[in-house]
Amino acid sequence: MAAASALRATPLNPVHRALGAKLVDFGGWEMPVQYSGIIEEHQTVRRAVGLFDVSHMGEIEIRGPEAGQLADFVATNYAEKLKIGQAHYSGLLYSHGGFVDDILVHKVTEDHYFLCVNASNQEKDFAHIRDLNRFDARVELVSERYVQLAIQGPKGPATLQKLTPVDLSKIRYYWFTDGAVAGRPARIAHTGYTGEDGFEIYIAPEEAERMWNELLAAGAEFGIKPCGLGARNTLRLEAAMALYGHEIDASISPLEAGLDWIVKFDKGDFVGREALVRSRDSGVKRQLLGFEMRARGIARDGYEVYLDGAPAGWVTSGSPSPTLNKNIGLCYLPAGRAETGRTIQIMIRNQPVDAITVETPFYKRAK
Amino acid sequence: MYPQNFRYTKEHEWVRVDGDVGTMGITDHAQQELGDIVFVDLPKVGTRVAQGASAGSVESVKAVSDIYAPVSGEVTEINPILADAPEKLNADPHGEAWLFKIRLSVPAEVAKLLSADEYQKYIEAEK
Repeated sequence: MAAASALRATPLNPVHRALGAKLVDFGGWEMPVQYSGIIEEHQTVRRAVGLFDVSHMGEIEIRGPEAGQLADFVATNYAEKLKIGQAHYSGLLYSHGGFVDDILVHKVTEDHYFLCVNASNQEKDFAHIRDLNRFDARVELVSERYVQLAIQGPKGPATLQKLTPVDLSKIRYYWFTDGAVAGRPARIAHTGYTGEDGFEIYIAPEEAERMWNELLAAGAEFGIKPCGLGARNTLRLEAAMALYGHEIDASISPLEAGLDWIVKFDKGDFVGREALVRSRDSGVKRQLLGFEMRARGIARDGYEVYLDGAPAGWVTSGSPSPTLNKNIGLCYLPAGRAETGRTIQIMIRNQPVDAITVETPFYKRAK
Repeated sequence: MYPQNFRYTKEHEWVRVDGDVGTMGITDHAQQELGDIVFVDLPKVGTRVAQGASAGSVESVKAVSDIYAPVSGEVTEINPILADAPEKLNADPHGEAWLFKIRLSVPAEVAKLLSADEYQKYIEAEK
């Protein structure tokens, strides 16, 4: 067990302790990995609704007349094309094309963009954007001002709707609005990291505990449960969503990670564009692919992947899938040999174990 | 919680010795730390195991952990229920979900293991 003293904690940390959560060191943060159990929490999100404290995530604001130009210079997706109240997934890249971080960009007004970034990357992201800022824009790290809660699952919208006058059915997927939840100001975003319907809300830290309890009370009739980062990981893996430090990092480009759709080559110059153009024209070296275990065994990140009897790649994430009742994972393979339906071997504790490459996502919710 | 007639390791295994055969498993503390157990990999009958050496593994949703042999000897039997019901390890780690049996080759090793009280103190200090 890591010493708790050096870890950062969210304002809800005492609440998690009181609920009997198992707390772990997650990138320098003491976070709940589970309350009742990962599988039970996972199923609750797929079937009903789960509540997650994701306040460790960072927030960065870009404001000013050229805020959009700065956002478009540092991130791969086309921020200025967003409508006010719309959000998208994007990448912050180094000039060599590898990821600084993957982020969500929200356009609040023409001169105000709100970025949600990974917890352990926030200081790095902030310094990166600030150092590249040659625009009439201000960059500010504002994580301390927000607690972020995720209300995820088919009953997520109904749960949140009980606490807000905002008509949530009018907020399309990846849109957001500033409104009130339980009588307090909240940024309400129709986003998530579970492959399920639901919302993420950004509120003031002082409101955290009251809001948490109000949400649990509102969702009680649907069987809401507090959910930890363990379930968040199995949920996002079933949905084949990337996790920084696993599928993506400074050595991986969005083209390799299958994230071509967040790279807008035609929008003008951006950091990493040149490297991506070269890689696109010459062809990427490796590609991210999903797999299912065919024999007994669970792949874990870092395990070697063999193709035709020789090492060819590595597992980025692997886990049992509670929804599919299979052992699944994601891995990198050489681009020319990265097609689905291929038998591969995962080296599990020095034993090659058969798996087959498959289409992703592993799980897609019924619309 | 921790049966007095078991002996324990600092790696969170238990062993109950009857004559020259030890029945071993993982402790309740271990199953709690692991969370939902989804896969158990046990040694084959006839395998010779050495005290403190890895003899298999237990996987939860989140991670994989080694199982260390609490005593040296030959594996004489493995628990057949765990292949299809690994979750029993969460429910009854000291009873129904024992892992395997070992014919002791060095019976004196047992005395080196922790008593129930010593193990209890050890896990409290670890917290």
